[in-house]
Amino acid sequence: MNVSMEFLVASGIGWVTACGVFLMLRGRSFPVVLGLTLIGYAVNVFIFAMGRLWTSAPPIIGNGEVIADPLPQALVLTAIVIGFATTGFVIELALRSHHESGTDQVDGKEPGA
Amino acid sequence: MNPLATIVLLPLLAGTLLCFGLGRDNSPARRTLTALAAGGVTVAALALLLSLAPQILAGQTLIAHTDWVPSLGLSIGWRLDGLALLFALLITGIGLLIVIYAHFYLAASDPAGKFYTLLMLFMAAMLGVVMSDNIMLLVVFWELTSVSSFLLVGYWGHKEEARAGARMALAVTGGGGLVMLAGFVLLGQVAGTYELSELLTRGDIIKADPLYPLLLGLILVGCFTKSAQVPFHFWLPEAMAAPTPVSAYLHSATMVKAGVFLLARLYPALGGTDLFEGVVASFGLATVAFAAWVAIFKHDMKALLAYSTVSHLGFITFLIGLGSPLSAVAAVFHILNHATFKAALFMSAGIIDHETGTRDLRRLGGLYRLMPWTATFAMTAAAAMAGIPLFNGFLSKEMFFHEAAESTLPWGVAVPVIATLAGIFSMAYSVRLVHATFFNGAPKDLPPDAHPHDPPIGMLAPVALLAVLCVVVGVLPAVTYGPLVQVAASALLGTAPPEYHLAIWHGFNLPLLMSAIAVAGGLALYFTLQKSFGLPGYTPQRWSGKASFTCLTDSLFAFSGRLTDRIENGSLQRSLALMVLLVLVLAMAPFSAADRLPEAGSRTLLDAPPLAIVVWALLLAAGAALVWTHHARFQAVVLTGVVGMVTALTFVALSAPDLALTQLSVEVVSTVLLLMGLALLPQTSPRESTSLRYGRDAALALAAGGGVAALAWLMLTRDHASISWFFLDNTLPGGGGTNAVNVILVDFRGYDTFGEITVLGIAALGALALLDGLRVKRPTVDTAGRAWTFEQQPLLLRVAARIVLPLALVVSAYIFWRGHNLPGGGFIAGLVTAVALVLQFMALGQARAESVLHGAAGRRFSRWIGSGLAIAGLTGVAAFVFGKPFLTSAHGHPTVAVLGELPLASAAVFDLGVYITVVGATLLMLSVLGAASKENHG
Repeated sequence: MNVSMEFLVASGIGWVTACGVFLMLRGRSFPVVLGLTLIGYAVNVFIFAMGRLWTSAPPIIGNGEVIADPLPQALVLTAIVIGFATTGFVIELALRSHHESGTDQVDGKEPGA
Repeated sequence: MNPLATIVLLPLLAGTLLCFGLGRDNSPARRTLTALAAGGVTVAALALLLSLAPQILAGQTLIAHTDWVPSLGLSIGWRLDGLALLFALLITGIGLLIVIYAHFYLAASDPAGKFYTLLMLFMAAMLGVVMSDNIMLLVVFWELTSVSSFLLVGYWGHKEEARAGARMALAVTGGGGLVMLAGFVLLGQVAGTYELSELLTRGDIIKADPLYPLLLGLILVGCFTKSAQVPFHFWLPEAMAAPTPVSAYLHSATMVKAGVFLLARLYPALGGTDLFEGVVASFGLATVAFAAWVAIFKHDMKALLAYSTVSHLGFITFLIGLGSPLSAVAAVFHILNHATFKAALFMSAGIIDHETGTRDLRRLGGLYRLMPWTATFAMTAAAAMAGIPLFNGFLSKEMFFHEAAESTLPWGVAVPVIATLAGIFSMAYSVRLVHATFFNGAPKDLPPDAHPHDPPIGMLAPVALLAVLCVVVGVLPAVTYGPLVQVAASALLGTAPPEYHLAIWHGFNLPLLMSAIAVAGGLALYFTLQKSFGLPGYTPQRWSGKASFTCLTDSLFAFSGRLTDRIENGSLQRSLALMVLLVLVLAMAPFSAADRLPEAGSRTLLDAPPLAIVVWALLLAAGAALVWTHHARFQAVVLTGVVGMVTALTFVALSAPDLALTQLSVEVVSTVLLLMGLALLPQTSPRESTSLRYGRDAALALAAGGGVAALAWLMLTRDHASISWFFLDNTLPGGGGTNAVNVILVDFRGYDTFGEITVLGIAALGALALLDGLRVKRPTVDTAGRAWTFEQQPLLLRVAARIVLPLALVVSAYIFWRGHNLPGGGFIAGLVTAVALVLQFMALGQARAESVLHGAAGRRFSRWIGSGLAIAGLTGVAAFVFGKPFLTSAHGHPTVAVLGELPLASAAVFDLGVYITVVGATLLMLSVLGAASKENHG
């Protein structure tokens, strides 16, 4: 049986989402930041895949008959940059929280304290 | 400008701005100026109304329309007919008296600017309510009256009871307004229009609709809350914490009349049915009698007057509810009469409070000797309130008795009996007010500095004018209020009322007998209560509308507090787990409703080359390793980078070169960012989750991942229809470029992109705000106990960085330039530049790199963000110059010497703004993070 690209992409998105959700549910700020980053990757690829999968068909006019759907690509391009900004913001938030509370526990207090 | 709009806009704009501006300084001169401005604006509005009055009195209706949101059926429509004219004259006329009175009433320390600004706002809102021709516009002004009355009642915000009273008034009337809005939406749907001028002619359609009872009920809640009908009456006595001019204006003459106004206004559309008559007249009748009874037992003058107002509002409601045309005449006549005598009485109460320091009927007494003028005017108004012949109140009360005796309500003889009882109670509280204040011995326990005497002429004149009016109208009703009553009643009914005669004497008949019983019975009741039961010693019972309202709101607050505590206990992990769970449930709900699970679609799938399978396996392994070893944080960052790289490869393989370039460059900067952050955080995560917690999180994660994978699979195996083909067809002719992604970003969806770079800038500035000035002590040793070194960076790196910088800048310029036609553009070029500059930071150290860039510890980079946004925004605005909408682009292919033909598009300038914003935001984030750990090393 041949494995299809679609299967690889779909299962890849699912796996990265699962890893991201798991890390997001941890109790320390740094894994939460990484989890959010992973979920960001998964969401971006998911939205990108809304335009379906195409090989050798970049959305450049005059590059052949079949070209990929450009709209999800445009949406995802800005999403990647904003995702980076969010990561930056959250890591700096984590830093500030650690500085203020003396712990990197997400609720600002050590468990049991 | 249209005169109708001007009448509303005068107080709304000129009034509020003038009073606010002049009243910012509370000096005596400025206070006078503010009052003069408020008075002038009111006079102007009143004069404009009077200049239009002849047309209205001749039977015309003036209407003016301007489109607002035509697609939603919203327009700014003004309407001046008899009913609107009556109310508008009341609002401006009494308003003028209040402006004068308040100038003398307010203490020198009370901010006059605040008072008059709010008063103007309220006046504008009221005028808007009565003059709107669109019911949605009416709702806007309606809620504005609730808000401005909240502010006016709470004018003395330092008093607890003023704040509580204001809150309650807002909760009841504002809440009622929301219910009414729902009713209005239904009404508009049923009638097919929101314009009153059309709506009022469609009464038959509305009344025949099955939704009629519902929409009537909703609208009545709005009217009854505003006009303080039982059981919503309790807010009005509480609102007496307001300064007396406010009570006289809002709570006797205007705002509380808004409810009865609306009943009258919508009567042609809603009224005349058995349901309308039964509900409205019954609530009105119950309110008349109940509130009049309660009023007898109030010891505070203003509380007594408040309950009396509630009773008289019930009186008007009852008359509007009754179907007969003459009751409509009586209703509008009494609206005028009540406003006249009640405003005078409130102002008298204010004078007495001012002079004696108390409004308590148990302590007052004998003031007739001390302040004869005030006493005379107040007694005149009180006589009108009680319904004594020769005073205006008598006339409408006679009509009320007449209508009650003839009513067709199903309560039979109970109606005239209750009406007569209400008359007895009214007489009793009026007698009490006069007797306890002006006679009945001497005042007791007054403050030592109180020397009661008649007030200055400015306070007395408005009362005098109204009192004289009570007598003049009482004697000559037909020539004074007659014409206005005639047109207002016509507007209420939708047709002219039948022949009637406003006069004192109608012969010996049943209403006269009822009046006689009321006067005699009221006198007897008061003196019996006073002598035998000790009225002054009476204390009110514990149960009341106020208490139940407080109890209701308290239990609501307690309930929502408990609910919040249940769901949100302050733990982020718990909240996130609940959120994931909720998303899972929501996403699965549609599938569980279906008969069978959806299957994969029939799209021809792409074969995966072996390399793709290898990369996929790498992804699975990296993810698993990341979850397994995330406690070692440095390693976790690297593994996250692997996932990012796989993402970039996916984009490369699947025809998204722009995305691949973006992802690659973002990967570099975000890894640097994560490592810089990690340097200041603990290097490892402790193992603290229980295995139960691990199990729960793993189950949630696998369910979420499985769900997303299934959704993606179902989607990917189906063909799709996309709006993108439009973009592809228009990319070259419309956008002047061949790279569809970039043309969409900077041209077709330029507005979105502008929003997105704004978000980017805000996130970076947010980071600056979080970390500016923060200095974190860096650990001096790593986890293995080895000391960190802060020696100068390796020579090779420094040399390489120097060589790379100009190259990278050239490359990014090239990527930027070709972006419109080939993969590239402002985002990618910006990230490439940022990467090159980050390398400088790493090679040269932050201090030197920033001295080169004039970064000033990151703060300067905010200017880069600002200028990038400005360039992008100005490019968009430039389209206005050519008469095009925001962000319309233009393009051309000029030929330049040496360079040859250049494909140029105005979108490229927009893209330049994107570029600068991206570079600025990226550097700002890195720089503030770097600055946080700059010192204290060693």
